[in-house]
Amino acid sequence: MSMETYVKTRRHPALPPPGKATGLIGWMRRNLFSSAGNTITTLVCAAIIALTVPPFFNWAVLDAVWYASDGGLCRVEGAGACWAFVEAKFGQFIYGRYPAEEIWRPNLVLLLFFLNLAAVLTPRMPYKGWLAATLLFIFPMFAWGVLHGGKFGLSVVETSDWGGLLLTLVIALSGILASLPLGILLALGRRSKLPVIRTLSVLFIEFWRGVPLVTVLFMASVMLPLFLPEGVTFDLLLRAIIGVALFASAYMAEVVRGGLQAVPSGQYEAAKALGLSYWQMMGLIVLPQALRVVIPGIVNTFIGLFKDTTLVLIIGLFDFLGIIRANFTDANWASPNTAATGYVFAAFVFWMFCFAMSRYSLYMEKQLSQGERR
Amino acid sequence: MRNQAPALIFGIVFGALLVYLFLPGAPSGPARDAQDLSKAEQENLAPEAARGGTLRVVRDRGELLCGVSQGLPGFSNPDDKGDWRGIDVDVCRAMAAAIFGDASKVRFRALSAKERFTALQAGEIDVLSRNTTWTLTRDTVLGLDFAGVTYYDGQSFMVRRDLGVSSVLALDRATICANTGTTTELNAADYFRTNGLEFEMVVFEKTDEVIAAYDAGRCEAYTTDASGLYAERLKLKNPDEHIILPEVISKEPLGPAVRQGDDRWADIVRWTLYAMIEAEELGVNSANAQEMKKSDNPAIRRLLGVENSYGQNLGLRGDWAFQIITQVGNYGEIFERNVGKNTPLGIPRGLNALWTKGGLMYAMPVR
Repeated sequence: MSMETYVKTRRHPALPPPGKATGLIGWMRRNLFSSAGNTITTLVCAAIIALTVPPFFNWAVLDAVWYASDGGLCRVEGAGACWAFVEAKFGQFIYGRYPAEEIWRPNLVLLLFFLNLAAVLTPRMPYKGWLAATLLFIFPMFAWGVLHGGKFGLSVVETSDWGGLLLTLVIALSGILASLPLGILLALGRRSKLPVIRTLSVLFIEFWRGVPLVTVLFMASVMLPLFLPEGVTFDLLLRAIIGVALFASAYMAEVVRGGLQAVPSGQYEAAKALGLSYWQMMGLIVLPQALRVVIPGIVNTFIGLFKDTTLVLIIGLFDFLGIIRANFTDANWASPNTAATGYVFAAFVFWMFCFAMSRYSLYMEKQLSQGERR
Repeated sequence: MRNQAPALIFGIVFGALLVYLFLPGAPSGPARDAQDLSKAEQENLAPEAARGGTLRVVRDRGELLCGVSQGLPGFSNPDDKGDWRGIDVDVCRAMAAAIFGDASKVRFRALSAKERFTALQAGEIDVLSRNTTWTLTRDTVLGLDFAGVTYYDGQSFMVRRDLGVSSVLALDRATICANTGTTTELNAADYFRTNGLEFEMVVFEKTDEVIAAYDAGRCEAYTTDASGLYAERLKLKNPDEHIILPEVISKEPLGPAVRQGDDRWADIVRWTLYAMIEAEELGVNSANAQEMKKSDNPAIRRLLGVENSYGQNLGLRGDWAFQIITQVGNYGEIFERNVGKNTPLGIPRGLNALWTKGGLMYAMPVR
């Protein structure tokens, strides 16, 4: 009995994958309907989107009033978002009551700030230390000189006329620029072996972390003038900036302390064994590692600070959100949609800034963690 | 060798900026006040007296500091350019016109309800013109002096036009929307009980919620101060379908206040108001003031400073009232421009009409 054997000598041509596993249908089966639970979740989410997005789109785009010289059209029944309101008040939302013919001054300051910031944030920039020092020490003085004016033929623009996004950026950026170095010093102070420095740092941090920012601002605006002799006034904006900066630095200190604790003690010991001084050890060995670990925390604090600036409305400063809300009271633009439009616009602008900050922090994390990836 | 150039550049720029910032520029107002103050202390005088009162401080500063609200339609709100508009704002502009002959020499400081009195007491503002109700407590305990009434406000009711109601007394068994925990709630309850009416109160925390509930038909009437009703009405889906009932069930006289103890300054605020009302009584307005200088009416001639310079008795220029009227207007013009019939608010004069027309506006004679 002979047995014929069949040996396949050629490879069978690959069949295409089953139709249900490829293309859009396959992707949906894998990602949206892979189990009963996931199917239900998908359907519920789809229902929510179908119920909310089209009405919002109608309100924000199709029914919206894009051009109008006053709120009359926005008051018509069935009108959607009143974008004409944002358009009419746009300059005010950005610069507050800063005089129209002097607007080049805030523009110049912001442009130089972002150039300087970009230079500092670019990896492997030459003279980075000096650029950072410029940003921290020279730039604030320059910005004050140009924005407030009063010398070299620049007319004085009182800080009570600053407002809108300009004011939000001034407060937030001053707070951010001041709080990082202050926070690092406080964190080092809190871990110091010198009892006086340690106690003072702990007291400072716990005090500022223990009081709400609203209270700090109220103290600065309502209580401080009562303690000063009559007639002596202190710039309201300066008071708010100092309050915000001290408040944020306490939070920053705790974030940085978390980073310092994450650096293994072997690093400290190795640095000491090399004969490095305290500041060399911290500056060259410990802080670079500690700060890298806490970048998400630092940016988190920055974003929180940026949004907290809206609280200055309660002391009579009109930040971005504050000036939008103040304009709701303009009877020429009063309509059922004005407030909603203003809030949507404010939310979008705040989101843009915060999103940019968070994306940059992700980029920095990737750049700095290259040594850990193989 | 390390490159020293960046350090050098940094040092030079830093130094130059330090010098620039601390270079003595034009002395600012507060600093000069402080010098005056120390001089006063040397002479052992009360600061206010040594400085010739608030009027001299204001004159030296070159502008009036006026406390207004952070936004109240028709009283103080920013316009499209960001300039303040409203009745409270115009009162301050009128004062600037009376003091400097220039209505633009006024700086507005937006104050929250909480900080308004401290700001005045601490001297951060010269006059508080911020829809503040004149009450005994505020006039005495808080150390304020009210200079007059610029707007007689009071609690009122809004209902749907198709309800066919023309008086609050017809609102028996009605559902009423109001803000929670405010005096408006108590006032409404008192009023309904005194008149033997039954009602049901629906209260909300925020004004936006109240107005939304009213618009959705949760209640038949909405109650708050009349000026607020007119402003909130614009946020309804169809404002024309709603009317405001004529009854005013509480008294909210709003007016400017100054620090107690500087009577001359209070006089200036008071007579600025009276000049505006007197001008309306006499038919003098911003358009015809120049013409009216030739009038034979002695009251007009006195007001405009043609005869007898009464302004000097106030420590002002002789044409103080003329400047107020030409630059800001008489009371009627201010009312109509900010809250009147032709504005979106459309508030009728009501209690704020002249006494000759059934209202309460009455100026003491300028003579």
